[in-house]
Amino acid sequence: MQTPAPFQYERATSVEGAIAALVAHEGDARIIAGGHSLLPMMKLRLASPEHLIDINDLDELSYIREFADEIRIGALTRHVELLTSDVLARRLPLFADAETVIADPVVRNRGTIGGSLCQADAAEDLSAVCCAVKAQVVIRGADGERIVGMDAFHIGPYVTAVGDGEMVTEVRIPVKPGAGSAHEKVERRAGDWAIAAASAAVWIDGGTIADAGIALSAVGPTTIHLTRAEELLRGATPSEELFHQAGQIAAQDCSPSADGRGPVDYKRHLAGVLTGRALRTATARALQQEA
Amino acid sequence: MHVTITINGQPVSRDVEPRMLLVHFIRETPGLTGTHWGCDTSNCGACVVLMDGQPIKSCTTLAAMCEGHEIRTVESLEVAGRLDPIQQGFHELHALHCGFCTPGMLMTSRALLDENPDPTEHEIRTAISGAICRCTGYKNIVGAVRWAAEYEAANPREQEVR
Amino acid sequence: MAVAENLPSPSQERPIGFGRLKRKEDARFIRGQGTYLDDIRLPGMVHGAILRSPYAHARIVSIDTSAALALPGVAAVVTAKDLETLGLAWMPTISYDTQAVLAGDKVRFQGQEVAFVIATDEYIARDALPLIEVEYEPLPAVVNARKALDPDAPLIRDDKDGQVDNLASPTWEAGDEAATDRAFAQADTIVKRDIIYPRCHPAPLETCGMIADFNPQTGQLDIYNGNQAPNVHRTVYAHVAGLAEHMIRIRCNDIGGGFGNKVPVYPGYVCAIAGSIVAGVPVKWVEDRSENLMSTGFARDYIMGAEMCAKDGKITGLRVDVIADHGAFDSTAQPTKFPAGFFHICCGSYTLEAAHVKVKAVYTNKAPGGVAYRCSFRITEAVYLVERMVDALALEMGVDPIDLRMGSFIEPDQFPYETTTGWTYDSGDYAETMKVAMDIAGYDELRREQAEKRARGELMGIGVSFFTEGVGAGPRKHMDILGMSMNDGADLRVHPSGKAMVSISAQTQGQGHETTFAQIVAEELGIPPEDIQVRHGDTDRTPYGLGTYGSRSTPVSGAAVAVVSRKVRDKARLIAATIVETRPEDLAWEKGRWYVKGDPDKGAMIEEIAARAYSGEPMPEGMEGGLDAQVIYDPPNLTYPYGAYIAVVDIDPETAQVTVRRFIAVDDCGVRINPMIVDGQIHGGLAEGIGIALMEVITFDEEGNCLNSSFMDYLIPTALECPDFELGETVTPCPHHPLGAKGVGESPNVGSPPAIVNAIIDALHETHGVDHIDMPCTPARVWAAMQGRPEPPQ
Repeated sequence: MQTPAPFQYERATSVEGAIAALVAHEGDARIIAGGHSLLPMMKLRLASPEHLIDINDLDELSYIREFADEIRIGALTRHVELLTSDVLARRLPLFADAETVIADPVVRNRGTIGGSLCQADAAEDLSAVCCAVKAQVVIRGADGERIVGMDAFHIGPYVTAVGDGEMVTEVRIPVKPGAGSAHEKVERRAGDWAIAAASAAVWIDGGTIADAGIALSAVGPTTIHLTRAEELLRGATPSEELFHQAGQIAAQDCSPSADGRGPVDYKRHLAGVLTGRALRTATARALQQEA
Repeated sequence: MHVTITINGQPVSRDVEPRMLLVHFIRETPGLTGTHWGCDTSNCGACVVLMDGQPIKSCTTLAAMCEGHEIRTVESLEVAGRLDPIQQGFHELHALHCGFCTPGMLMTSRALLDENPDPTEHEIRTAISGAICRCTGYKNIVGAVRWAAEYEAANPREQEVR
Repeated sequence: MAVAENLPSPSQERPIGFGRLKRKEDARFIRGQGTYLDDIRLPGMVHGAILRSPYAHARIVSIDTSAALALPGVAAVVTAKDLETLGLAWMPTISYDTQAVLAGDKVRFQGQEVAFVIATDEYIARDALPLIEVEYEPLPAVVNARKALDPDAPLIRDDKDGQVDNLASPTWEAGDEAATDRAFAQADTIVKRDIIYPRCHPAPLETCGMIADFNPQTGQLDIYNGNQAPNVHRTVYAHVAGLAEHMIRIRCNDIGGGFGNKVPVYPGYVCAIAGSIVAGVPVKWVEDRSENLMSTGFARDYIMGAEMCAKDGKITGLRVDVIADHGAFDSTAQPTKFPAGFFHICCGSYTLEAAHVKVKAVYTNKAPGGVAYRCSFRITEAVYLVERMVDALALEMGVDPIDLRMGSFIEPDQFPYETTTGWTYDSGDYAETMKVAMDIAGYDELRREQAEKRARGELMGIGVSFFTEGVGAGPRKHMDILGMSMNDGADLRVHPSGKAMVSISAQTQGQGHETTFAQIVAEELGIPPEDIQVRHGDTDRTPYGLGTYGSRSTPVSGAAVAVVSRKVRDKARLIAATIVETRPEDLAWEKGRWYVKGDPDKGAMIEEIAARAYSGEPMPEGMEGGLDAQVIYDPPNLTYPYGAYIAVVDIDPETAQVTVRRFIAVDDCGVRINPMIVDGQIHGGLAEGIGIALMEVITFDEEGNCLNSSFMDYLIPTALECPDFELGETVTPCPHHPLGAKGVGESPNVGSPPAIVNAIIDALHETHGVDHIDMPCTPARVWAAMQGRPEPPQ
């Protein structure tokens, strides 16, 4: 069996303690929560951190809280909790769409939203979900908190805005009326990473799209934020033609590479199809809310 | 480092390297070799055990992370010479061939029934979708989980004893 | 292991003989008490780990082990140089080639074994691997089998005297070329396809491994291993290591699946043995999942150019030209006289006038193997080829694929049927089996549903395959492996109390031998199966035989057990005659008892006969005491199970994702000893077939890097990809098998991929013009086919 290289381990008892440990180890430390992505990488010796800081005891980071104008999700909230949350089902149904197709139910018992975002795999679903719903990520360091949007958070393949002495503590998602959202994914097999995935959110006001958010997974070096398509949708009346046009933009604006999951043209094609599907469902859900 | 994990109700202590995987701790320290490993990468589910009642993959969990938690393995299913209905169901319906995935499948299925005593075929297939069986084609596993669900529904008092 | 007593509500089905019987072996498995290789820990045991090549083709300039040796806990680092002094640097393969145990001169595939570390624990052994410094001089790699024979292709096997190209063996031919040319000349329809059966991997859930325990004082070598043919392995180790065969004992306890992957002898095994000989302590080596996928026996990798022809609506001829990719060493598992296995059974279930088959095997810089992944020696490739070609022909002729098959089947009264490539099929009623499958499927209704859906723009496909397998190798006059006849022994002892033990040379990896073989003895002697212990997996305590693969357990070993039981029954008759004081010819048998013809109350039960056999009472004149017997069974022919499979698929017209909605499998494997186990075997093979058809593949980039080296990329179907299989059966007994059984384990893996691929083409032909696609039918590859680009896999 593959085994990780040696490392030091400590278990954080507070967020401050975790941050202090990160600072003390000056970039040689990594946070471990679920571990089902990090440990396979360590076993394959693709990652060899010298220190692991286990934050699984930080219950204060595990929550889904609903406020009047936003929903706050603690970084340690597990996939299964996102999947089964009534709040999210009501306000942000794309989370459940995504969570039914992320890994498998056993992995979902351990994996966390913070871990998924910090892993920053371009094929990871929650980054696109968070991007589409215009989430803000709370990053805490020894000197306090800073809040960044997803565009600034996910800055490259496996690279985030989180600095050496920092950790993600929370994800904040603004809530506005008339919202609908959906996530669509094509995978080679249940539990696999996406060949392509699309997250979409729309906010409908009086029959027109007041605002939209669309992001793609697995079709670029990082999550692809489809700003041109969002622009197209803003102020428009939802229609099949509109969704199709947004899909065409998606196919153009992504930058996939060929791999075992498929060639570039197929991935572009999927980006278009899935964007259209996600928008269709998101719009239907928004209209259902309005009605 | 010193780690104490409650395994099948018994506290088990040992000095380990921080990198020791839970599956090795379980197999080597109390010698409970019913928990297997098959893939190294969280994909096959042969190593599934219950941590505080929830199924987890023990080949990508550190023993150190389980300090203070309760682990249940396949060896805990039979109580006082009575098989758990899920074990019985697997036997009745021929839901195992080589037996290698069986402990993980049993624990995954046990957790499903604990949470959802009357699962549909699709719910069962979804619940075990993180566990690979190379032998059975899953059909009889699905049947075995249903068998256990129905057995438990028909024998509620037996479950109270467990 | 009396599990039944502990069960809360055991069902009462307990046949004394054939029938649905819950498995005896379950008792330990459902409790987590199986004993798999990695569960075994011996006192003083140390752990091995293998350093593998990162290159597909490179010269080894130097190996420096000093840093690894300096790591506390490391006992030894073994390289090819060390093995040379033991004469173990190279080992013979099953196919009379040689394979490097540890690479000395060159590495020839990515993942090849380069050094073997022995350390006090597994973690330390693996820590030492990156400390071994190997200087490589990379060489261009040959990855594509078609390019392997280019004159400027790099020579892979420069270790072999006289080897000037990458041809692994001379071109092998079967059938009649001239007659085939005539059939094609007279045909009214000819179709041609290039069909690839891509490289895939059996990937049993338990990886391969060994514990070798050499005792320098006694010279005894104890081996714990999970392999499918322990007796053959013992003989191989005797030859390889120069050890006395009687001092080698191999124990295979429980095996976590094999599917052909655990047939060969791997370099890691030889390293463990060499390590134990050198270190004088038990050495355990267990490969990880990546090692399993990258270096152990792959399956298939056949590039098949094929033409099929028809005349007057009947299939008449087949021409096939194969390039077989054997990887860097030819370790393909075949009987000696069959270098392409049983591939020339590719005439299928039809009365062809003629067929001609050519197979050329080449070396490439890829892992060696060519094992049968749940298949009887390349029959899977053969069935895939013929069933794809029949569908191609039906498409060309514009006829229903079932109608074409029905019109070309071998008829029941033609059996035994001699095929044009030299096989003698034993028995069958193919049309009847096809009809049962059509009934279960509701074939006509499915076609109506398909037409309706097509009108709505939905894509639904119905695919058919009809296979005939030849399994149960094989007759000693035709078949051997490394010079050892493909026979199997059985040794049956009925104890004084009437309980029995039967020792067999078949090796279960989950097939339920402890139950099935007990049922065979039960059927023949009337002893309840729970009173019969089946002993296997220990070369010191079982008779010689060639093991379990090629669906040979029931056809060969099962026959051996039936014959040995009948031998005991015959002896019991003579003893019974002494007990009831009559002549043996006056006795008749009913299950469990000899009785006097015409006076059925007078007789002797098998227990009574057994007690007598061991008692102080006199035995019949000239007969030894005891009630036991031994046989070595030499099958007179292969057995020929067959089946009709129908797959129903739905394809998302936009994303090209394929869903297998229904799968109907009607198997005729002759007499079924335990129908529950037979059905279970079929379910499992169908899931593997779905995997092969849709997702399982081992590919390489141009440098020879393996792209599917973990379960993140070697995808195996989960419960969500498998439908609720619908099974049916017909029973046409095998005329030459003592029980009429034919073997079934591999049929579903053999028969299901063509049904699924045919269904996909059926879904896409009319709307997208697709008339060919190669496996695996991943969404990307199906989409490419829909765009008119049915690209072959890498």
